[in-house]
Amino acid sequence: MNALLSLIVVLVLAAIPYALAGGDSARYVFGVVIPYAAFIMFVVGMIYRMLKWASSPVPFRIPTTTGQQKSLPWIKDSKIENPSNGFWAIVRMAIEVLFFRSLFRNLKTQTYEGSRLAYGEAKWLWAAGLAFHYSFAIILFRHLRFFIEKVPAVVQAADMLDSFLQIGAPLLYMTDVVLLAAVTYLFIRRVGIPQVRYISLMADYFPLFLILGIGLTGVLMRYFTKTDIVSVKVLAMGLISLHPTAPAATLSPLFFMHLFLLSALFAYFPLSKLVHMGGVFLSPTRNLANTSRTKRHINPWNYPVHVHTYQEYEEEFRDKMKGAGLPVEKE
Amino acid sequence: MAKLPKPEELSKIDYSLPETGWMDTPVVIKEGMFCHGSKPKSLEIVGFPNPRDWRPMDADWKLPENWKQILLEGIAERLEKYRSFRLFMDICVRCGACADKCHFFIGTGDPKNMPVLRAELIRSVYRREFTVAGKILGKMAGARELTLDVLKEWWYYFFQCTECRRCSVFCPYGIDQAEITMIGRELLNLLGLNIEWIAGPVSNCYMKGNHLGLEPHTIVGNLEYMLDDIETVTGKRIKPTFNRKGAEILFVTPSGDLFADPGTYTAMGYLMLFEELGLDYTWSTYASEGGNFGFFTSNEMAKRLNSKIYAEAKRLGVKWILGGECGHMWRVLSQYMDTWNGPADFLEVPKSPITGTVFENAKSMKMVHVAEFTADLIKNNKLKLDPKRNDHLTVTWHDSCNVARGMGMLEEPRYVLRNVVNNFVEMPEDTIREKTFCCGSGTGLNASEDMDLRMKGGYPRANAVKYVADHHGVNMLGNVCAIDRASLKALMDYWVPGVGVCGLHELVANALIMTGEKERTTDLRGEPLPSASAKEEKAS
Repeated sequence: MNALLSLIVVLVLAAIPYALAGGDSARYVFGVVIPYAAFIMFVVGMIYRMLKWASSPVPFRIPTTTGQQKSLPWIKDSKIENPSNGFWAIVRMAIEVLFFRSLFRNLKTQTYEGSRLAYGEAKWLWAAGLAFHYSFAIILFRHLRFFIEKVPAVVQAADMLDSFLQIGAPLLYMTDVVLLAAVTYLFIRRVGIPQVRYISLMADYFPLFLILGIGLTGVLMRYFTKTDIVSVKVLAMGLISLHPTAPAATLSPLFFMHLFLLSALFAYFPLSKLVHMGGVFLSPTRNLANTSRTKRHINPWNYPVHVHTYQEYEEEFRDKMKGAGLPVEKE
Repeated sequence: MAKLPKPEELSKIDYSLPETGWMDTPVVIKEGMFCHGSKPKSLEIVGFPNPRDWRPMDADWKLPENWKQILLEGIAERLEKYRSFRLFMDICVRCGACADKCHFFIGTGDPKNMPVLRAELIRSVYRREFTVAGKILGKMAGARELTLDVLKEWWYYFFQCTECRRCSVFCPYGIDQAEITMIGRELLNLLGLNIEWIAGPVSNCYMKGNHLGLEPHTIVGNLEYMLDDIETVTGKRIKPTFNRKGAEILFVTPSGDLFADPGTYTAMGYLMLFEELGLDYTWSTYASEGGNFGFFTSNEMAKRLNSKIYAEAKRLGVKWILGGECGHMWRVLSQYMDTWNGPADFLEVPKSPITGTVFENAKSMKMVHVAEFTADLIKNNKLKLDPKRNDHLTVTWHDSCNVARGMGMLEEPRYVLRNVVNNFVEMPEDTIREKTFCCGSGTGLNASEDMDLRMKGGYPRANAVKYVADHHGVNMLGNVCAIDRASLKALMDYWVPGVGVCGLHELVANALIMTGEKERTTDLRGEPLPSASAKEEKAS
């Protein structure tokens, strides 16, 4: 149900520019006004979210330690899994963010002989997650060729590497295939595993369909229909230089669909679970070194509390203490 | 109390899902799965809100009229105070990697025991009340109203989580359900929705210095019994000191070890080891609790109980503090104590008087785990050990959740273990170290009325023990945690009969050759030593 609703919402979103982006003014709205608005929502929204998280303090040093602590000099400590200083905490974070370290640990709990438990490898989620994020990043990076007059060598190199299989004309980008495959896998996994389906909200399906929509419209434009690349670049250059030009009438509805879905993704981003992109960097179980025993961690809102003092304790138990031969402060 | 089903029945875990979505499936509070509600007296002693008699099975929980406002204000306050909480409310993508990592989910099959869903119980309300999307889109955005049913669901499921952090190991964003449960319980506590198995020990600890409510003369008396037993085994009479000013070291351990076996054998182990070393140390009857059940109610209560350790160290004028074997105790000591009640600038950086080793790793909080202390002793050849005395045991090692995932003490106990026993077998690798499984009874859930829950939650741990028991003849489960020692015994008796449970220092003391001891014929439990029984056989 949640999946179906999300699909319908994405289809409606896709239909809007298709239906409306006919006239000059409508093209200006979909080609200039909405992308700008979406981009501003993304940037302002993400900054707001990050500042909001950062405004709450980290009262306690609570890294999840996943390896041996640094204690006695002859016991080898696990520098990355249990960082003993800030440098290793940064390394731990880098491996988390770049390679999804924690997800790599994923296991599948299985039962056999009725009720015995066993734990099997389960790397598909990790692999698909990694494939999805990297292909998305590379695709975004490749798009820089539309935004920079003289395409930098590094973008050209990415382009060449991505299409080095030399299949078809225009050349097939591997990342296009990987992105669509990975998103499809993530969707199938979400509906296919009963427990995961059970926890899935509309907010889990919607971004998948949205990204699938963006990917499909992009693929259609590149491989299956003719797109006025020159006009796309003119529009993109106008947008990036803050001197937007009117989108050319030769731009196809498919292009506006692609751009509108992307705008929707940007605008939706800070309101959604996709904020994990920024949030992961602030996660106190991962980004802190395990130094709470060597250096006092300060809680900014630490306040004095009522305690039961030794004097009160002795007051209550003095006779019993003396009877048991225990020393007391007051006879 | 409901009768505990037989293991064959309990192990038939039903992973099927309700027909209805989780928001539309109201909580059913089941016998055997929860602990008794807190008694008014326990709450009154520490000044907790809404003390009254109440029963979880009753429809009326006798809540204050404005309970909803209290909770929402409580959430708002904690969002401001804890980055973890605010972040963990926002960034979960519901990938489900945590789902089958939770011992309670594995053991019960209840979808609301998946860490992700347990967190959604509170996230859904957060979205409704604190996010724009949730306010406008409601259920479509995964938001729901805070109702009495929702509150009951929180209570039921936040007391089916032992804050073991296993889910957090696998979460790509490090979302830690322990953190959410801690805050969830703190919120429930604002309404007096505590359980007596926690509230009772908390008030005991506050007034009497330890969870069990042992008064000073009882502590001395209990130790006397142990000293008698030690004398029987070794022929040596030990005379420990209590509340002694000017001792070099204050020793603090969970009170569970002074109360019932097998914990008492661990305490005997400490006594024998420290005697053999001639350690200048003292016990305290005021700071007679290393554990901290306050940690399972609220941050403030935990701090109030914890304050006694530094206060007593200061009063007695010791140089540093040595801590006994315990799990959550060490999460609290390691990650909270110095922040709450430090700086402990009246203490010195811990230095072993026997080896001269300076424990740089504890240079600010000034407290050393006894496993670290003993590992250093053995490494420096300061102990005469005869591991053959433990030859009747094949031991496997249970990493306690909190020392594994809230500290990282994995190798120290293993090093000690390898030196004091000859037969040591690890459980399968996905069930130990940072991936260790909880005993199922942590965070104050080790009562007798929730046996169903405990046996289900402990099933993954028991299952791994059963594996090494079947394949390698393991008959002893070692650990460094007082709750483990109290609860794993019941778990083993239920799932893997024939496997005993012991603390590390029980094994150390068995192997320890003490100066001037008589020839030992039994271990600390009074069981004949393998060498002794071999001799007997020869003689007959």
